[in-house]
Amino acid sequence: MYSGSFGRYILQRFLQAIPVVIGVVILNFTLLHLAPGDPAMVFVGESGGATEEILKAVRKDFGLDQSLAEQLWIYGKKVLTGDLGFSYFQGKPVLELILEKIPATVLLILTAIFLAVTFGVLTGVIVAQHPTSLGSSLITILSLFGFAMPVFWLGIMLILAFSLYVPIFPGHGIMTVGLGGGLWEIAKDILHHLVLPACTLAIIYIAQYSRLSRASMLEVIGSDYVRTARAKGLSERVVIYKHALRNAILPILTVFGIQIGHLLAGAVLVETVFTWPGMGRLMFDGILRRDYPLIMGVLIFSSVLVIVANLFTDLLYGVLDPRIRRR
Amino acid sequence: MGRLNFSLVLGIFLSVALISTGAAQTDKTPRGGTLKMIYQEPTHLNMAIVSGTPTGVPGLQIFAGLVQFDEQFQPRPYLAKKWEISPDGKTYTFHLEEGATFHDGKPITSEDVAFSLETVKANHPFGVAMFRAIEKVDTSKPHTVVFRLQHPYPAFMAATHPLLLPIIPKHIYGGPEIRKNPANQKPVGSGPFKFVEWKRGQHIILERNDKFFRKGKPYLDRIILEFIPDSNARTVAIETGATHLIPFSYIPGDDALRLAKLPQFGMTQKGYEAIGARTWFAINLRKPPLNDKRVRKAIAHVLDREFLAKEIFLGFGKAATAPFHHAGPFYHGQLPQYDFNVNKANQLLDEAGFKRKTDGTRFSLNIDWIPNPVYQSVCEYTREQLKKVGINAVLRASPDFPGWASKISAWDFDLNFDSVFDYPDPVIGIERMYISKNIKNLIWTNTMGYNNPEVDRLFAEAQVEQNFAKRKSLYHKGQEILMDELPLIWVQEGGFFTIHNKEFDGIPMDVWGVLNPLDTVYWRKGKTG
Repeated sequence: MYSGSFGRYILQRFLQAIPVVIGVVILNFTLLHLAPGDPAMVFVGESGGATEEILKAVRKDFGLDQSLAEQLWIYGKKVLTGDLGFSYFQGKPVLELILEKIPATVLLILTAIFLAVTFGVLTGVIVAQHPTSLGSSLITILSLFGFAMPVFWLGIMLILAFSLYVPIFPGHGIMTVGLGGGLWEIAKDILHHLVLPACTLAIIYIAQYSRLSRASMLEVIGSDYVRTARAKGLSERVVIYKHALRNAILPILTVFGIQIGHLLAGAVLVETVFTWPGMGRLMFDGILRRDYPLIMGVLIFSSVLVIVANLFTDLLYGVLDPRIRRR
Repeated sequence: MGRLNFSLVLGIFLSVALISTGAAQTDKTPRGGTLKMIYQEPTHLNMAIVSGTPTGVPGLQIFAGLVQFDEQFQPRPYLAKKWEISPDGKTYTFHLEEGATFHDGKPITSEDVAFSLETVKANHPFGVAMFRAIEKVDTSKPHTVVFRLQHPYPAFMAATHPLLLPIIPKHIYGGPEIRKNPANQKPVGSGPFKFVEWKRGQHIILERNDKFFRKGKPYLDRIILEFIPDSNARTVAIETGATHLIPFSYIPGDDALRLAKLPQFGMTQKGYEAIGARTWFAINLRKPPLNDKRVRKAIAHVLDREFLAKEIFLGFGKAATAPFHHAGPFYHGQLPQYDFNVNKANQLLDEAGFKRKTDGTRFSLNIDWIPNPVYQSVCEYTREQLKKVGINAVLRASPDFPGWASKISAWDFDLNFDSVFDYPDPVIGIERMYISKNIKNLIWTNTMGYNNPEVDRLFAEAQVEQNFAKRKSLYHKGQEILMDELPLIWVQEGGFFTIHNKEFDGIPMDVWGVLNPLDTVYWRKGKTG
């Protein structure tokens, strides 16, 4: 596929990822521990107080009675063996917690990406075809509005609008607690709960994709080969969607790769507002309680996810543009 | 004679028949239904090793305790059907409900009570304070437990509420490291509801304990406790009927005031008397000029507590007037008050020798607060008030709870705005703040460094005084000294509210309120008869 061996390329990218992950571990571990206070204080707070003996025992249980360098060394060794540690407050291995929560986040993010790319690119293309029309101006304004809105605020507004004033969607949770019924009933219930959080996360990105695809399409539509395609007598639909869009989509793909990280960050807020039990909510709970192993675990997992997403994007370039394949 | 005997037998027979059928038929309370609540997610569900309310709210449904309390702080039977206190106040005998079992079917015995007490004493933050006087626990009879004390200790009874002394099964929690016991996540108790499921970050499900020792209770089939971190989402949840009960002011006060006007909701501030929540400014007495009583009094005079109660606390709770909570049994209601008086404050500062400099200021100090937006508002108000008397106050926000706690534990503060619970007896929640042996590098201790041998003596004497009037008098003297010396400036009392959907009723209204088994709660639309 690529000029070198494909396997070697993948290997090279993974080798490049190793120092990134090591950097993520060291930097975040140090930063987290530099903040004043420690998780034992959270334990004291949640316990309504503590004696010196209890506090000492808790610090020992958490491994906080050792120096920072020792703690980092112990943690680093664990990570190398695939052990992301044990959550102080959730009483479970971190990896198990992440694997429990990842399906909910994947469902949320994939739905949001699907909505964002579909509607964003579609509106961008429409606007680019008629850049001076009223509809185009309207879409541009709406895009700007979507782009400027804080995600948590939008979430709250959607909850108020569609859970309270026009109560058609549930405002919290992934499914009705204690819901019986078969698989189909559960799936329907989850989809019903998914609508508001997915739309909240998607709206921000619809605006971004729309603006990006508009700019990219405007550039491509003006190029020689599009004029040639039109001169050949091809229909406008074929010119736009087969010839122009294929080239215009490359910058969108680049942004898509970069945005996986942003989407995960956005998921923290959306999952918190909607009580969506995913990795973002897990991270939020971890931060609130200074649950170091949990925060570190989610950070490592997220960075690996971003690296993989970028690699996937690079590979997609090759699929979409034969020139890259030959390079 | 024969006729008399026959009438007597018939009478007894009818009475017994009426009583026995009456027990089953007079209780027309509707049964069934699921109560949905929202509160904070706990770390675990073992109340024997923590005192936090997030564990307490679900924990009290799972674990029973020896006694409950009425609206006058008086004990009433729970797992203990009766009790006796020896005249010398050194022996407490509790008679347990025979036939009471844990959720796994094992009987509850005096051994379990003794084990629970030992566990609490060794692990609970108040364990030592509550049970240090216990010398021996006699468990020779399975349904009678006898506590023998080294000296009279009237606080003991208050400490037998299940929040403070939950009865946990020895056969489940008796392992070597209780903090790591798996049952902390999947508890087994003997309360009205059994643990079913805990989905982290989502909910806890509890179901009716059909073998609960209080016959005919609980009324509800299930309780679902959901965890919703966003306060707006919580408000929407109760407003739309997705949840039915929110305790401990867990929605914004202005939302609660709005909802309380709607016919389907009930709101009450009752039921938080035993917790005795209060807020105050703790003062670091080690640092000049705060080590001068006149300076502390001046600060007290610039705070308009009525304004704070009305505008910042939105009318929830009331302005503090004493070192002890007004609802508690030892409150002193006749203390001289520090009225809002800026002139008086200026005069006191002048007298203390802190004259205004050319720029109009006298000195600077820092203000810290436990992270909370309402408390931040109080501190911002205080800064502006202090400016009026020439004190330059610098606000030091903490990013989170551990950040704040590390500063306060290290005594690195001048004024610290904090929220603490009094609990039902001064030995449990109050004396920890004032006695000199509790000057520690820990939050919610005497971090101010207050040291007054007379106050130490009064609290120590009150701890062992059996006569209620004499005990009250000792605490009153202590409050008079504290009010004069001001190691703390008490700002606001209470303020917690419970909001509920009126489809549900029977919510406990005694001094422990929702920190009780909810076995009296029923759903109006449930089945009757």
